[in-house]
Amino acid sequence: MAATTDDHAHDAHGHGAHGHDDHHDHKPGFVTRWLFSTNHKDIGTLYLIFAVIGGLVGGILSMMMRAQLQFPGSTIVADGQTWNTMVTTHGLLMIFFSVMPALIGGFGNWFIPLMIGAPDMAFPRLNNISFWLLPPALVLICIGLFMNESGSGWTLYPPLSNQTYEAGMGMDCTLFALHLAGASSLLGSMNFITTIFNMRAPGMTLHKMPLFIWSELVTAFLLVLAVPVLAGAITMLICDRNFGTAFFDPTGGGDPVLFQHLFWFFGHPEVYIMILPAFGIISHVISTFSRKPIFGYLGMVYAMVAIGVVGFVVWAHHMYLSGMDVDTRAYFMAATLVIAVPTGVKIFSWIATMWGGSIQFTTPMLWAIGFLFVFTVGGVTGVVLANAGIDQAVHNTYYVVAHFHYVLSLGAVFGIFCGWYYWIGKMSGHQYPEFWGRVHFWLTFIGVNLTFFPQHFLGLSGMPRRYPDYPAAFSGWNYVSSIGAYVSGIALCVFLYVCYRTFTSKAHVADNYWGEGATTLEWTQTSPPAFHSFTELPRIP
Amino acid sequence: MQLPRRLFAALTFLMMSPLVLPGGGTAMAQAPKPWEMAMQPAFNSIKERIIDLHNMVLVIITVITIFVAGLLIWVMYRYNATKNPVPSQTSHNTIIEVAWTVIPVLILVVMAIPSFRMIYYQDRTPDPDLTIKVTAHQWYWEYTYPDNGDISIESRYIRDEDLKPGQLRLLDVDNQMIIPVGKKIRILTGSTDVIHSFFIPSLGVQRYAIPGRTIETWLSADKPGVYYGQCNQICGTDHSRMPIAIKAVSEQDYKAWVAQAKKSADAGPATGTRLAETQTQVMAAARDIAPQGVQR
Repeated sequence: MAATTDDHAHDAHGHGAHGHDDHHDHKPGFVTRWLFSTNHKDIGTLYLIFAVIGGLVGGILSMMMRAQLQFPGSTIVADGQTWNTMVTTHGLLMIFFSVMPALIGGFGNWFIPLMIGAPDMAFPRLNNISFWLLPPALVLICIGLFMNESGSGWTLYPPLSNQTYEAGMGMDCTLFALHLAGASSLLGSMNFITTIFNMRAPGMTLHKMPLFIWSELVTAFLLVLAVPVLAGAITMLICDRNFGTAFFDPTGGGDPVLFQHLFWFFGHPEVYIMILPAFGIISHVISTFSRKPIFGYLGMVYAMVAIGVVGFVVWAHHMYLSGMDVDTRAYFMAATLVIAVPTGVKIFSWIATMWGGSIQFTTPMLWAIGFLFVFTVGGVTGVVLANAGIDQAVHNTYYVVAHFHYVLSLGAVFGIFCGWYYWIGKMSGHQYPEFWGRVHFWLTFIGVNLTFFPQHFLGLSGMPRRYPDYPAAFSGWNYVSSIGAYVSGIALCVFLYVCYRTFTSKAHVADNYWGEGATTLEWTQTSPPAFHSFTELPRIP
Repeated sequence: MQLPRRLFAALTFLMMSPLVLPGGGTAMAQAPKPWEMAMQPAFNSIKERIIDLHNMVLVIITVITIFVAGLLIWVMYRYNATKNPVPSQTSHNTIIEVAWTVIPVLILVVMAIPSFRMIYYQDRTPDPDLTIKVTAHQWYWEYTYPDNGDISIESRYIRDEDLKPGQLRLLDVDNQMIIPVGKKIRILTGSTDVIHSFFIPSLGVQRYAIPGRTIETWLSADKPGVYYGQCNQICGTDHSRMPIAIKAVSEQDYKAWVAQAKKSADAGPATGTRLAETQTQVMAAARDIAPQGVQR
């Protein structure tokens, strides 16, 4: 990522932004380039750096939480309020400040123009503001954490998040941070949709678009439709807290369950927002390293579209126990089970892509195969939870924690690392060290499975989530889970070492360093691509 | 209880195991077990059905996971670059694509039929023998018996320093909810502050307790004994310190307990059980303000 800066060192005389279009590797000075960025690659780089920072802070919080839970009766975390604030911040950071910036802002900005053969995004300045809304949001989230006043869980359910039970300004900071992050996502996704619809190279019809572009397109639509609902819910909550309204307060005629409906109408599409771009990346990596075109391209495309559509009509499966009518629960159960079908189509299509291929086990391919396994495990436990009857015995337990970490903390994050190893040579011009990449993969794979698989057992046995302390009977699997977390923590350090080795490497990679399997347009560009790529539009036959 | 726990988890387990065995060996206690890998055993028909369905689903998902893992291992073995240097370029096969869409649908239908039946069975019981109102507070439970002259019990966790030998840390409470064994009990949950969740794993019952509405469900216990649960919805700083303990006793013992509880309630509120006038008013007030009525 930062390696592009050594190219700009000998270009540092170019301070003014004016006239930089004249010859195409003329870069603006540092402030203009990085603070007022309008270049999709630079903004993508900023997003990726931001995602690493968000992920590290969220990761440190998870290490502290697993340390607290290693033994019952620990006092590493001072009290329940501090614990709840950490739980809230961990969730929000990982979702809004790590996974989304990496998969959507980072890889999306970098590779949408490169893969559709466009010179840049449709609205470069909009792109800039959509990034720069995020750092203040991160600061606000951290204020909520350090003031110890956002102990509502990331779901923010009132009354716990209202003025009576969370009186401090920290909670308002956290809510406003979500407004900013939401606005950032909205602007970014409008930009993505416009770019993808209008700036594809001549000949690239929708049905010839790379799957990663399809995944970002569906994601952008989900964001445009879901985020305003979150914004509305949060605005109502802020009004309840500060301006005397009672949208969610029963003593004023409001209803706490209304918030749950609004939140999950956003919150369920949100989980697909996090996983769909990972689907796109995995498709390219599997196709590249099997040296085969993707199997069932149209099925893959419409499976993603179907997941996006059905994802909007299943939200209340998070609320089976909120007192909904039993017929309503029956509907949400049926709709939720349906999602398993397009997801299954994708898993089988990926395996069919590998079938008959000539597979090379490079680091990105290891992450992709690892993704297929952990995502299957997370997916099938989702089928268990979809059954409202079974959910009655595992709702809100560690079974749920295990499920969503298998699909997100393992699934989406494996997708991020997969994309990182696949494209880092393209983005920086330097290749990662293969040996340490494999060490990173295996340590992570062992660590996360050791962390999250035992949590299924804890959940079945009835351990509630968001508990800083627990009865002695749960101590065994919690101990194992904490050890697993430490292994994953070491793996994260290995990743930082891989970054260091990559960016200090002197060797430069070729344009298409993966060879014949890599067929999309970004591989026709130099590594790293010129500051302004595709000054002449490619033609797709 | 604050033993230094710097030993391997297995040793922790050995140290802990005497604590989870029922004290005295007379009454059965249904709590989570160390290293438990499955659901807590069933003590009523609701949980039996949950376990039956879960067992069926578990077999299906295990077979699917092993199938996917097996396919992955096979393609990695058979189609790696050394074994298969020339890749095929096949990218379509209509039959197989239809098959992997239709077969999952069939599996889901097979799973859904018993699942739909079960949620209607779990939902509520048409002929309850007894109604108990469960009111959640930060951070204790209150159980009111409208069929028995509104006896009301407040149930709080036991602090570490007050634990007696045999009592389970963060599971045992000062006053248990008393129910007659084998009877169908209608549960009405509510809350006076934030959202909580009333959750007893071994009885397979769970409902949120939400201010401003009353949610109905039901439970029963087939054997005498104590059934443990915990608050299961984040509710503030002491979320992990509001356990639930339900003691199922025989019909006579239940009647004796009711008589005793009424007497001590008449004697005054200082005895631990009292008339919950204020709480009843709060519940009534909440109903008047938010007229959602009784929710299922």
